Amino acid sequence: MSEQNGQEQVLEKPESQLKEIWYSLCRNKGALIALGIIVFLIFVAIFRDFLMPYDPNYSDMGKAFQRPNSEHWFGTDQLGRDIFSRIIYGTRISLSVGLIAVTFALTVGTVLGSIAGYFGGKVDTVIMRCMDMMLAVPSILLAITFMAALGKGIDKAIIAIGLVSIPEYARIVRGSILSIKESDYVQAAKVIGNNDMTIIFKHILPNVLSSLIVRATLGISTAVLDTAALGFLGLGVQPPIAEWGDMLGRARGFIFSAPYTLIFPGMAISLTVLAFNMLGDGLRDALDPKSRNK
Amino acid sequence: MAEVLVEVKNLSKHFAAETDFLGRPTSVLKAVDNLSLTIYKQEALGLVGESGCGKTTVGKLITNLYQPTNGTILFEGKDLTKLSAKERRSYARDIQLIFQDPYASLNPRMTVGDIIAEPIKINKLLPANKVEERVNYLLNCVGLANHHRNRYPHEFSGGQRQRVGIARALAVEPKLIVCDEPVSALDVSIQAQVLNLLDDLKDEFGLTYLFIAHGLNVVKHISDRVGVMYLGQLVELADKEELYQNPMHPYTKALLSAIPNIDPTVKKQRIILSGDVPSPIDPPDYCHFCGRCYQKKDNCDALASPQLKEVKPGHFVACHLYE
Repeated sequence: MSEQNGQEQVLEKPESQLKEIWYSLCRNKGALIALGIIVFLIFVAIFRDFLMPYDPNYSDMGKAFQRPNSEHWFGTDQLGRDIFSRIIYGTRISLSVGLIAVTFALTVGTVLGSIAGYFGGKVDTVIMRCMDMMLAVPSILLAITFMAALGKGIDKAIIAIGLVSIPEYARIVRGSILSIKESDYVQAAKVIGNNDMTIIFKHILPNVLSSLIVRATLGISTAVLDTAALGFLGLGVQPPIAEWGDMLGRARGFIFSAPYTLIFPGMAISLTVLAFNMLGDGLRDALDPKSRNK
Repeated sequence: MAEVLVEVKNLSKHFAAETDFLGRPTSVLKAVDNLSLTIYKQEALGLVGESGCGKTTVGKLITNLYQPTNGTILFEGKDLTKLSAKERRSYARDIQLIFQDPYASLNPRMTVGDIIAEPIKINKLLPANKVEERVNYLLNCVGLANHHRNRYPHEFSGGQRQRVGIARALAVEPKLIVCDEPVSALDVSIQAQVLNLLDDLKDEFGLTYLFIAHGLNVVKHISDRVGVMYLGQLVELADKEELYQNPMHPYTKALLSAIPNIDPTVKKQRIILSGDVPSPIDPPDYCHFCGRCYQKKDNCDALASPQLKEVKPGHFVACHLYE
């Protein structure tokens, strides 16, 4: 039986998939820069207490509206607080809201999408129509509604932003499951006696993972932006806690007289959003085998 | 060969081809229509027919991937269609499936060892420390080496992947293996290897095959009996020699004449059927082959669809010519 085997050589063992994806990502300069920025932001978020030159909440009215100088690199705001310190302080808030909200939305969305896609029929209709209803309302408006119901606070903001991003993940997972569930290896998994949950978690979801990673990376940037938007509207953190969107919102009256009070928090938001978007794009290219070897 | 393993009675599978606003079917695709056949223990029953004639659907009905619309499937006397999903899963051990496309039938994110071990673990056939030994044994049975265990499917060629698929099917020591065109996606040289492997394994493990293929030459190699399907129905069923020597149904004759012959001196009369396979959506009540039949009688489209009849011992035909 095995004598023919010599003719069928096993291909040279290719490099592991992870390595291949890493190399492909390295070739994309933009994604690499974005990754560098994100690593830097995470570093700042973790070690913020050592990096802040001043107490972000210490107000010295005598020093209000100082232009950027050697003492206060980004200047001071209307209450004489150091903007540089406040931006550093806000990094952890923006990043953690982004990460936690996306993780929450990803988990709930994956479960709902899997159930809808795998079982189909009425379950699918009910779940997906609910998702459609959420998608029909602009997400920031929906988040404001949730905040109005839940009350102010950063934890409430996480919940609100998480809730409004559920439909996106549910849709992606459902779509992928619909295409994979008819594939032969899923049928094979059924024939050998797997139950539905094992099939979903062991055979289907690992094959959906790459598109989810890309979407989640892009989702973090949306969440960061939403956090800032809620802060700008005065619905995010409680004062005096420093948060980028909140800083923008409170300084907007001084846009002509003291533009630096807006420019620096705005740049922090843009940089973070841009970095996550670029990394997401880079990951999409790297994870797609068709565009990988170009 | 006298003992019956599977008895399929009046099996039908209809799919809704179009549905109205409320999801009720307005037209029906009859993939399998009132089909009956018997599979004996340790035989290889070949099932041939054109693309779309429903042969794969028959395989998927027997392996429980589809629920039949009508009819019964008796496996060792027990009606599989009346079991609950859970009871039905316990029969997964006995009936396994080998897929047509070896590139699609293996999970790309699992190693070959995990793929073969999975059915053993799920059905709790062996204690955990014996699984690896069993996987190695199965790999050797299908002509692969132990060290292939840690490789991923994309590192293998089509023939090797199909061997992995065969090993996975063998892992649970099934009684029946439904081979759904197991070689049609492979090179001709590899086809022969895989067919020989299947043949050897059949003797070694005392297996029964339902061998689905779209070419009579492939089926000829491995089958004991051959059934010919046309548009969801079985039109002829006989022992292999009998069917190849003495085909009765006009469709079988046309199929046989289409097998290429390597001997240029033999002049064969090629029967070329006109027209396409009619759509299985809402098929006619009369003989389905009527529109393309070259031996059609005047009243064929007036009579009800012919039923399978035993015209010779062991030779069944569904045609008005033999009534």
